[in-house]
Amino acid sequence: MAGRAIVITSGKGGVGKTTTTANLGTGLALLGRKVVLIDADIGLRNLDVVMGLENRIVYDLVQVVEGQCKPHAALIRDKRVENLHLLPAAQTREKDAIRPEQMVELVETLKEDFDYILIDSPAGIEHGFRNAISGADSAIIVTTPEVSAVRDADRIIGLVESHGLHDPYLIVNRIRPEMVQRGDMLSIDDVLDILRIKLLGIVPDDQEIVVSTNRGEPVVFDRRTRSGQAYHNICRRIEGEDVPFMTMDTGFMQRLGRLLGIGGRRRNAN
Amino acid sequence: MLGYFNKLFRREPSSRTAKERLHLVLVHDRANLSPQILEALKEDLIEVISKYMEFDVDSIQVNLDSDESTVALVANIPIREVKRQLRHANS
Repeated sequence: MAGRAIVITSGKGGVGKTTTTANLGTGLALLGRKVVLIDADIGLRNLDVVMGLENRIVYDLVQVVEGQCKPHAALIRDKRVENLHLLPAAQTREKDAIRPEQMVELVETLKEDFDYILIDSPAGIEHGFRNAISGADSAIIVTTPEVSAVRDADRIIGLVESHGLHDPYLIVNRIRPEMVQRGDMLSIDDVLDILRIKLLGIVPDDQEIVVSTNRGEPVVFDRRTRSGQAYHNICRRIEGEDVPFMTMDTGFMQRLGRLLGIGGRRRNAN
Repeated sequence: MLGYFNKLFRREPSSRTAKERLHLVLVHDRANLSPQILEALKEDLIEVISKYMEFDVDSIQVNLDSDESTVALVANIPIREVKRQLRHANS
């Protein structure tokens, strides 16, 4: 098996990298793929809690690269989906506890047994970021429609490309259609016009994300939610399917439909 | 209603302000060339311009100049002499 290693990165913190990694990993596993998630945010471990796997950790990423255990011994099996595994970050170590070459070697080993290796990058452009991108074949950039996040995304795109990861993909997270419509939020077209990279997906701002993170259950399990459906669609696109993008329609009828609960959620969330 | 007020007070939508500000800030960010790239650019410029005129290579200055609304590449190239064949061609 020759898996694909994809790094999920953003530059700016707090735009939803970890949530995106958790949902894409879970979504791809639900589509029947063998997936391993690597939390590369050493010292600020979080993917484990978002996945609800924090109580199962025995070994971590640093112990694996230091040879204290075999990679497979450190993988935590997901409790809900088959073929989904997590390699947690070390919590009590520094970002420079691993080197890019070690990351490359680890990812190459994991590629033999998995279809997808998703690497959750730390924020910033320093050591941890460089480790995270070093083993990847391609990159997904996560941004929100805010000036600060888009600016950092632009910088990250430059860095990722100079590292040989050409044609990174973009996910625009936390879009609020009603704000876009009244001209108070950058639209998808605005963001694409500025960043000029390929769009992989649009994830609407959704309170369900908070709920699902509280529970440690990625929202992609519930495709009745707008964000869950959005992540599901992104996973299908990663798999090569041509899935149309979300229409940012917040017309009266749709809002009324949603209000009355006539399947509006499911239908307009792509 | 909100749109009406915006029009009344001639306030543009904040998303447009955001986009304009981003465009500008990214011009600055992206133009932040490394000294090596600037040096390479300078050498290429010398190669091209020396086809047409003679100048003092050591006194050439190539810099990025930016103010609030624009970023410009400013090259200061003191000319010693314009090459003869070029003068003939012009006259």
